[in-house]
Amino acid sequence: MQRIGVFVCHCGSNIAATVDVKKVAEMARLEPGVVFADDYQYMCSEAGQAKIGAAIKEYNLTGLVVCSCSPRMHEATFRKCAERYGLNPYMVEIANIREHCSWIHKDMEEATQKAVILARAAIAKVNLNAPLQAGESRVTKRALVIGGGIAGIQTALDIADAGYEVDIVEKTPSIGGRMSQLDKTFPTLDCSACILTPKMVDAAGHEKIKIYTYSEVEKVSGFVGDFTVDIRKKARSVDEAKCTGCGVCQEKCPSKKTPSEFNRGLNNRSAIYTPFAQAIPNVPVIDREACIKFKTGKCGVCEKVCQAGAINYAQEDEIITEKYGAIVVATGFDTIKLDKYDEYAYSQSKDVITSLELERIMNAAGPTKGHLERLSDGKAPKEIVFVQCVGSRCSDERGKPYCSKICCMYTAKHAMLIRDKYPDVNVTVFYIDVRTPGKNFDEFYRRAVEEYGVNYIKGQVGKVAPQPDGSLLVQGSDLIDNKQIKIKADMVVLATAIEPNQGVRNIATMLTASIDTNNFLTEAHPKLRPVESPTAGVFLSGVCQGPKDIPETVSQAGAAAVKVIGLLAKDKLTTNPCTAQADELLCNGCSNCAKVCPYGAITYETRQVNDHGIREDRRIAVVNKALCQGCGACTVTCPSGAMDLQGFSNRQLIAEVDAICR
Amino acid sequence: MNAKEQVQQISGVNPYKCMKCGKCSATCPAYEEMDIKPHQFVSYVQSGNIEALAACKSMWKCLSCFACVERCPRDVQPGRILDAARQIVVRQRGGNYLTAEEIPPLVDEDLPQQLLVSAYRRYKR
Repeated sequence: MQRIGVFVCHCGSNIAATVDVKKVAEMARLEPGVVFADDYQYMCSEAGQAKIGAAIKEYNLTGLVVCSCSPRMHEATFRKCAERYGLNPYMVEIANIREHCSWIHKDMEEATQKAVILARAAIAKVNLNAPLQAGESRVTKRALVIGGGIAGIQTALDIADAGYEVDIVEKTPSIGGRMSQLDKTFPTLDCSACILTPKMVDAAGHEKIKIYTYSEVEKVSGFVGDFTVDIRKKARSVDEAKCTGCGVCQEKCPSKKTPSEFNRGLNNRSAIYTPFAQAIPNVPVIDREACIKFKTGKCGVCEKVCQAGAINYAQEDEIITEKYGAIVVATGFDTIKLDKYDEYAYSQSKDVITSLELERIMNAAGPTKGHLERLSDGKAPKEIVFVQCVGSRCSDERGKPYCSKICCMYTAKHAMLIRDKYPDVNVTVFYIDVRTPGKNFDEFYRRAVEEYGVNYIKGQVGKVAPQPDGSLLVQGSDLIDNKQIKIKADMVVLATAIEPNQGVRNIATMLTASIDTNNFLTEAHPKLRPVESPTAGVFLSGVCQGPKDIPETVSQAGAAAVKVIGLLAKDKLTTNPCTAQADELLCNGCSNCAKVCPYGAITYETRQVNDHGIREDRRIAVVNKALCQGCGACTVTCPSGAMDLQGFSNRQLIAEVDAICR
Repeated sequence: MNAKEQVQQISGVNPYKCMKCGKCSATCPAYEEMDIKPHQFVSYVQSGNIEALAACKSMWKCLSCFACVERCPRDVQPGRILDAARQIVVRQRGGNYLTAEEIPPLVDEDLPQQLLVSAYRRYKR
């Protein structure tokens, strides 16, 4: 018989305001096996844990039930506490009377009754608990970073600087990401390339960092500390070892009509290309869809002009299989498509552009070499209108419900830079709210208004109508003056909502990492574990977790790196002892469990079994304890009830149900 | 049921979803004709000032083009609010709905034809 102690937590008023905690302790005392029950204001505090320790000693307890918050929050805390006072940590059960009870009920009597029942179920389970011993698993001291933008580069650099190997997998032909497309960065206005390219060079030259560009993650298996990943290195058609990056092939390539992805389609690139001059690696790829040689078999100009003999049309995709201890997702963002926003005439006029397109236009290396001009006729615009919140904060299906966070600041930046370089240009910004929380952010926005004369109007634009003379009639609200205003503009810039990159859902699925309805990856705890995915060994860096600017992305990238380093620094990880095992007398070797196991943890062996004196060879399921994650899929699949989960045995679960129904 | 709840019930609109961006007023083709502007329809319902809303001229100037309904990023649909206000006014005048024969003497020369079409569409049900 167990000697069980029950500890009921008030959680300040979180539980005690809705649940009569004294009553819960009192009722628990009547349950079989319970020798002690008490309540306390904060059970997780040092004083609360000391109370538990004292009771373990005084009453010689063999099992604990803590009635408190969710086990996700403090199960580990109370298990550690039990261990400290000499009890096996798996002799602790949590009755969740906060999230499952006090937070969701209003009526005290009903909530108290439910809390009593939840405690009763946990007590019934502890009565059947047995001490469990955690095993150990190894840690592969290498990290994978998916995505080579500023988030991925920073995470990789920080991990590598701590002495661990890191691989970056980047989908496009170069690392650099969105930041490499930007012109200047707020709030200090330093040139994006000037602060990014040195980091790209650092990453490329780091002895601990390996970069796979033009590559994608194809398959992930394993678990924290021991992931196995297949990386598809797409055929570049150019030998990286031989190419000198001279660029002659790109100059001579006769196929020059493919919209440049890097310049957001504002100009064209050749079929053999590097996305931009500072690309890393400075090795072009052949876009086989656009290449004449691949389409017709005739051409081969690049091969003829390449002095290094680096062109290889026969190159094939390569699959690289590598082991990793930790995986960081840093897949970044894109702007949303504007095809559903006809009122802004984005698809009707070349002079209605997104802010990211404006970045390319303002950039000295961009399609207009940094000259501010209309894409329709090359003329210098005199009247520019910026529209904020295009697709952000929308509750309809056209846009996104969240604030994209970066638009207020980059619009202020654009407005200011234009007024600085072209003082004769009128700049109007339509805004709903100006959101500038951040160090020196509001000061920056105020400079745009006070020093640079940018005209901020509170109100949204309802319609942009292209006129026969090539101008754009912008009709908007001025909510302060209570007027509808019309502006004849030469250019309209839309602060387009951002969304997680395409393909992130696929990556999340491969990693079994959770993702929200907006395709942002979910963090393990929104406040206390913001850079970890709930899936052990998977970490989050940058906009894949939620909208953020560069300073925030870099901070989060560093934080993710620290978590990875903390993991890789360990030689062994303790594994969860709550794993499955098959009862050899009941197992009939049907293979159903092996089919449903998501971790590939179940194999079969033929073993001699002594079934009540009858010795025979039987095919029995064997669970690899290092691979099993204790999900329980096998236990519910097993037709003969042979599979059982330690710590969550069928008997324990039935006892809980019985206790609830009593 | 008070007048505010009545407007909310008839229109099916939750005025508190409004984020006060003013896109409805920015998009309205009849804006200049209106005494109370489309974004104000929403704030009038929020503050329960239905009496003023029911007395406004805008009600008879609205073209029922539903541009504000289509483009509202928050799905607040100011046009429906005005539609509900119209309905309340019509009800207050006694009798449920107008019949076709009753319309001609009521027609104001300035009344947009689209509004008539919209009124038939709405009141025929």
